[in-house]
Amino acid sequence: MIEVENLRVDYGEETALYEINLEIEKNTTCAIIGPSGCGKTTLLYALAGLISPKAGKIRINGEEQTGIRQSTGVILQDYGLLPWKTVWDNVALGLQVRKKSRNEIVPVVNQILEELRIEDLKYKYPVELSGGQRQRVAIARTLTISPDLLLMDEPSSALDAITKEQIQNLILRIFKNNPMTIVLVTHNIAEAVFLGQKIVIMEKAGIKHILDNPYFGDEELREKMDFYRICLKVRRWMEMKGR
Amino acid sequence: MKGSKNRALYGTFMIFMFWYALHFSVHSSVIPSPHETVITFIRIFPDLLLSHLLRSLGRITMAVTVSLIIGVSLGLWIGMNPKIDEIINPIIYILYPVPKIAFLPVLMILFGLGNLSKIVLITIIIIFQIIVTTRDGVKALTKELFYSVRSLGMNQIKIYRHLVIPAVLPKIITALRISVGTSIAVLFFAENFATQYGIGYFIMNSWITVNYTKMFSGILALSIMGLLIFKMIDYVESRLCVWIRVGKMNTDKN
Ligand SMILES: Nc1ncnc2c1ncn2[C@@H]1O[C@H](COP(=O)(O)OP(=O)(O)O)[C@@H](O)[C@H]1O
Ligand SMILES: [Mg+2]
Repeated sequence: MIEVENLRVDYGEETALYEINLEIEKNTTCAIIGPSGCGKTTLLYALAGLISPKAGKIRINGEEQTGIRQSTGVILQDYGLLPWKTVWDNVALGLQVRKKSRNEIVPVVNQILEELRIEDLKYKYPVELSGGQRQRVAIARTLTISPDLLLMDEPSSALDAITKEQIQNLILRIFKNNPMTIVLVTHNIAEAVFLGQKIVIMEKAGIKHILDNPYFGDEELREKMDFYRICLKVRRWMEMKGR
Repeated sequence: MKGSKNRALYGTFMIFMFWYALHFSVHSSVIPSPHETVITFIRIFPDLLLSHLLRSLGRITMAVTVSLIIGVSLGLWIGMNPKIDEIINPIIYILYPVPKIAFLPVLMILFGLGNLSKIVLITIIIIFQIIVTTRDGVKALTKELFYSVRSLGMNQIKIYRHLVIPAVLPKIITALRISVGTSIAVLFFAENFATQYGIGYFIMNSWITVNYTKMFSGILALSIMGLLIFKMIDYVESRLCVWIRVGKMNTDKN
């Protein structure tokens, strides 16, 4: 369970987030959508404990956020892979940092590479991968630490249409197979509706509206009318004049 | 691999051709023939050239090692701390273009006529390149990369080990290549003063005694030494920076 209370984040003079209040239940997903520059990434960084708020509180499972949390997985917009490490070494990094022995690391990494169907890539370097493959590697890297909270910044925005949907399907499958809370930031309405059980619509520095998405979880959702209906609803909210 | 061997052979062949052409057109003992030079080189290498060469190599190695240790540490420190950069940057900016080679007389008074003053001279000349390259390498790293490794749970030491040092390594190696070239030139100059040893001294002494074949053997030895050092740096780079080579191969393909 994530509770955000009167959160405020400033960058120097500029207020990037103001009076944010938000609750996300344990083992649900939440999509945060809004125009570019409204503060989505900033909110994600705050949830990850990477930046400290100017005011307000974030509680995760009842504990107040003070810094990096051991079981939060974070995937940033540019995937954050280290160019000098092979796919295998990148994926193993989280466990290596947690001082796990080689014997513990090897089976976990191999199993996750297999699960995400990237075991053929394990000796390659990030420069040799396509965007979709890089995103899979980044996802694999966070899964190794068995996170109970997964934070993703625009997971598919750099990908072509088909790869986009493949990655979204993968994220849904991961959510269904592993109990965890997922918070993802996006500016793509279809992605928010497909992956968000709760859809948070942002405006400049604040939250405009929160929608519940009853159709979440259906893998064939994109082929149904309900999907377009809810997409339209989100679009109307996004286009509505702010406070 | 085969390609690079052929290229080296081709390069050597062309230089020798050019050298012969010069030798025959100049008609003076100032440019001895390549075969004479090579024969003299082989004859005097074991007893004479080798010891001069080793002295010079020792001075360069010392200076480069000291510059790398101090320069990289300083560069990392400045690069990671914007406040320190603000204080130190103006100083570096003014000192960088100063022709420090002119300070050799001062250094000889301060550090004596021996090896130390020569090593210090090379060090203060090449260290700026290394500091600036390292610093800029660190500064080029995006905030997102730091966030990403911090979110994985890395502490400051691990961030250096997994992110900062691998990122600046290829840049340091490039700086090292430039520095070695510079050190050889500076050393050649410095060895003209207050020493009886070193390949610089050997070349200039052969010139004074009008023994051009010997002088050219010295130049040949110095060139070979430079070439070997460059080859060694290439080897180190190919071992430590595999991802760069892979990246180049990938862009070549596209
Ligand atoms: N490091 C920073 N320094 C100063 N301003 C920033 C910084 N990062 C973001 N901002 C500003 O904060 C606002 C929100 O940015 P961001 O959270 O990245 O938006 P989004 O992810 O929704 O596009 C923007 O106006 C942006 O210019
Ligand atoms: Mg953003």
